Amino acid sequence: MPFSNQEYLHLLPFIIIGVGIVFSVVIELITKKSREILPWFSILLFFSTALYSIYTIHNKYILFNGMIQVGGKAAIFNFIFNFAALLITMSSIGYLKKYGSNFGEYYILIQSAVLGMMVMAGSKDILMIFLGLELMSICFYVLAGLNRKKHSANEASLKYFLLGAFATGFVVYGIALIYGVTATTKIDILIQNFSAQSSNIIFVTGLILFIIGFSFKIAAFPFHMWVPDVYQGSATTVTGIMSTAGKAAAFSVLIITLTAVYTVNSPNIFSPYFAAIATLSMLFGSIVALTQDNLKRMLAYSSISHAGYMAIGLTASNSYSISGIIFYLAAYTFMNIGAFSIISIIEGENDSRTNIQNITGLNASKPMLAAFMSLFMFALAGIPPLAGFFGKYYVFIGAIKSGFTWLAIIGVFSSVISVYFYLRVVVFMYFKNPTEDINTDTSTFSYSAVIISGAMVLLLGLMPDLLLNLILSVVNW
Amino acid sequence: MLSIPIEYYLILSAFMFIVGVTGVLIRRNAIVVFMCIELMLNAANLSLVAFSSYHGNPVGQIFVFFVMTVAAAEATVGLAIIIAIFRNKLTVNVDEINIFKW
Repeated sequence: MPFSNQEYLHLLPFIIIGVGIVFSVVIELITKKSREILPWFSILLFFSTALYSIYTIHNKYILFNGMIQVGGKAAIFNFIFNFAALLITMSSIGYLKKYGSNFGEYYILIQSAVLGMMVMAGSKDILMIFLGLELMSICFYVLAGLNRKKHSANEASLKYFLLGAFATGFVVYGIALIYGVTATTKIDILIQNFSAQSSNIIFVTGLILFIIGFSFKIAAFPFHMWVPDVYQGSATTVTGIMSTAGKAAAFSVLIITLTAVYTVNSPNIFSPYFAAIATLSMLFGSIVALTQDNLKRMLAYSSISHAGYMAIGLTASNSYSISGIIFYLAAYTFMNIGAFSIISIIEGENDSRTNIQNITGLNASKPMLAAFMSLFMFALAGIPPLAGFFGKYYVFIGAIKSGFTWLAIIGVFSSVISVYFYLRVVVFMYFKNPTEDINTDTSTFSYSAVIISGAMVLLLGLMPDLLLNLILSVVNW
Repeated sequence: MLSIPIEYYLILSAFMFIVGVTGVLIRRNAIVVFMCIELMLNAANLSLVAFSSYHGNPVGQIFVFFVMTVAAAEATVGLAIIIAIFRNKLTVNVDEINIFKW
């Protein structure tokens, strides 16, 4: 069937990034200055895609014979992915020189990973979910091992690769079983048949395998073992995008999986599963993070517990809690990228200076960095009126509306535990005397990434309705 | 003509999948672990093809092409990672690749 020009026009966000990747490869090929040009080219691509996606959010179309959708939830996710990539690219400019692997390929891989995430969030066919997932994951495996001479990076990348590919095996086998029962891979047809099939044991097994595969990607508790090692071993900026945009992409797929539940009120047969991983991830992440001294590792465990809070929304699975998850993902993206950008500024050569002791007395030498770090830590801990608080608040309210009050109580309890290790960072920065001289490489672009994330955290905290109403207006599409 | 019933394919495929999962969990050589992952993907491919033929619907077979292509891309990256780690540590035993502990 021929496709109209109109279809290509609606696909513009994908085309911008896709064509951008091809151009970036050519730039990398023909000029030796590619590492100066490519960051700016990527920033341009991400900025235009983010802006275009949010601008055309109400133009909802299903394109290419029901393969991919644009507008609606997908547009919000595209905005999150591209904004995250934009901030990470900004803080990478200075960081990569310090990290010792300033390759132009880095930016091309980030662009490809973002394209994969956009395909995942917009997919209307399981085939597209699979392709998007692999495009994103394979780029991340390479990015994790970016510096091939570093043992830590090697190890991170091997662990990520083996467990990521293992998860892919589950996803593909799950898809095979789902296809076997329904003879289709179209998500819309699956949604219509969801209630009728939900007592079919093969269909449910298939979906469970599919969801387990994605539980690896969101870093939920029983499937979390790669998270701390990979987050600590990878380059800090790569960790920044993996933990935010990568998690958001995996959540977008889980939300698509549960579409039948919150749009046409099919029974949520997966509630017990999500309730279990939510409880375990929240408590495990918060408790283990208490003992961590390495900042990246501490944020990795905190990332596990944040996956738990978001999984509460999946347990409840009504339109309100799903909107809460999307809001939470946006908030989490900004606070986490801000925190990782600050760590990338402080970090020295050879992974040094990533421990909490290294930021002792940061306030004396770099008051601005200390102030922003405290802002992000307060936001991650969920202290009002910052973005993280409203993320948790909306998810918990959604859970209570569906009768999961006990889960919301565990959530509040776990965030009380987590306040300890977030505030510990603040205590080290403000109430201890400096032991060593912190001379950071002053890169203006990293600072601007920090400032933009900080501004977004404040904006989403002071005016949460701005984003939440937008999400609520499109959540059922 | 007598044809093989679909259950046979499904049982074989489930068996291959379980062998793959077990292999990933108990083997310690990174390359063998990777082979077991490929076994899991191929188990899924077998199911897809069997279902596709059973339903008389080509989508499953097309899916298999995509899975194979992606598996090839994944193998490229995976083997490159394993080579990089072998150059640095002269081992591919996943138990000895343990800088990070809690």
